[in-house]
Amino acid sequence: MAETTLFELVSPERLIISKDVSMVVVPGTEGLFGVLPRHTSMLSALAPGVIDIYEEDVITERVFVINGFAEVTGERCTVLAEDVIPVDKLNPEELEETIVKIRAEVDNADQADADRLNKLIVQKEAVLQAMRSVKL
Amino acid sequence: MPNLKDLKVRINSVKSTQKITSAMKMVAAAKLRRAQEYAEEARPYSARMDRMIAALAGKMSDVGGPKLLAGTGRDDCYLLVVMTADRGLCGGFNSTIVRASRKRIRQLQENGKQVKLLCVGRKGNDQLQREWGSLITDSLEGITRGKIEFSTVADIGSRLISMFEAGEFDICSIIFNRFQSAMTQIVTEQQIIPASIPETQNEEETLGMYEYEPDETAILAELLPRNVSTQLFSALLENTASEHGARMTAMDSATRNAGEMIDKLTLTYNRTRQAFITKELIEIISGAEAL
Repeated sequence: MAETTLFELVSPERLIISKDVSMVVVPGTEGLFGVLPRHTSMLSALAPGVIDIYEEDVITERVFVINGFAEVTGERCTVLAEDVIPVDKLNPEELEETIVKIRAEVDNADQADADRLNKLIVQKEAVLQAMRSVKL
Repeated sequence: MPNLKDLKVRINSVKSTQKITSAMKMVAAAKLRRAQEYAEEARPYSARMDRMIAALAGKMSDVGGPKLLAGTGRDDCYLLVVMTADRGLCGGFNSTIVRASRKRIRQLQENGKQVKLLCVGRKGNDQLQREWGSLITDSLEGITRGKIEFSTVADIGSRLISMFEAGEFDICSIIFNRFQSAMTQIVTEQQIIPASIPETQNEEETLGMYEYEPDETAILAELLPRNVSTQLFSALLENTASEHGARMTAMDSATRNAGEMIDKLTLTYNRTRQAFITKELIEIISGAEAL
């Protein structure tokens, strides 16, 4: 059996995945990077996007993460993500509706709230774009 | 002499109270188990978050770092987030938190600090309203109803941060009950802004051997706001577990007390009944003798 690295995917609610894998591909803010066993230690913020999990050199699982961080050391790769969605359950339409709703809220909100909501819209739109570009 | 009918009515009413309290105990026990599970499942996230922050903060300590870590440099205005339950009937659960907050507010005010309050949970708001109504900036309810969603907590977190950035307070801490067991909860005050740096358990990895992408400051800027939400979230989970634990214990003893009361009342009832019968017998007998 080939060398493996421990991959952990954690959301605030629970530990979602914890298993030994041969490689994971993680969407860092500076671009995708693959994590193989004995990778150099690093911390990276993640862009919204898909994590591909490889076992025995085939993709066995794909998950979409939002607002995440990855911590990589020689033995493990830990991903913290606020939202974790399996790729086959992605629903860009729903997100689009949410954005429309927030837009409507901006119109009758005061200045401080509007700023906050606008920021939120920018974030959500980035997520939406990432969702759309996922190839199934 | 107590009236027989009144006694009967009282016994019945205590019996139905007992039924309610024992049902509440059962419900609380079921909810406690679930709340405890949630709290345990949430632990890995905050543990790993702490580890990352510790690694980063170790590197940043000489530079100062962003405001959320280093603070505003002042400590004039405190924001206390008081976490209580939405509902009562859980023993001293709410009052202990309120008492602790009251003490803390007094202490801060004596030192000439300005205090603001944010109440999470209806009971805390109710109890603090009378004395410190003007300090309460906001009160949130209904968060602990059902499962606590991280997204709702994240909203609170981002609100706290925008308040902090607007300079509305310098230091923020949360007051909540840490779950120890169903019997004991510990009132805890935890500072979340500026972030209290978690103690590093220097394991095999030495600090600062990480590579950072994009760079330390950018990651910290992302990580710290999330950390605020995470701490709020885990505090809320602990608090909810404590609430159900406290309620379970309180309802257990209420049920037991009701049982004792029923026993006592039944005894009085029987005594009184016998006394009545004796009295009637005496009346009949003395009536017959008089003939």
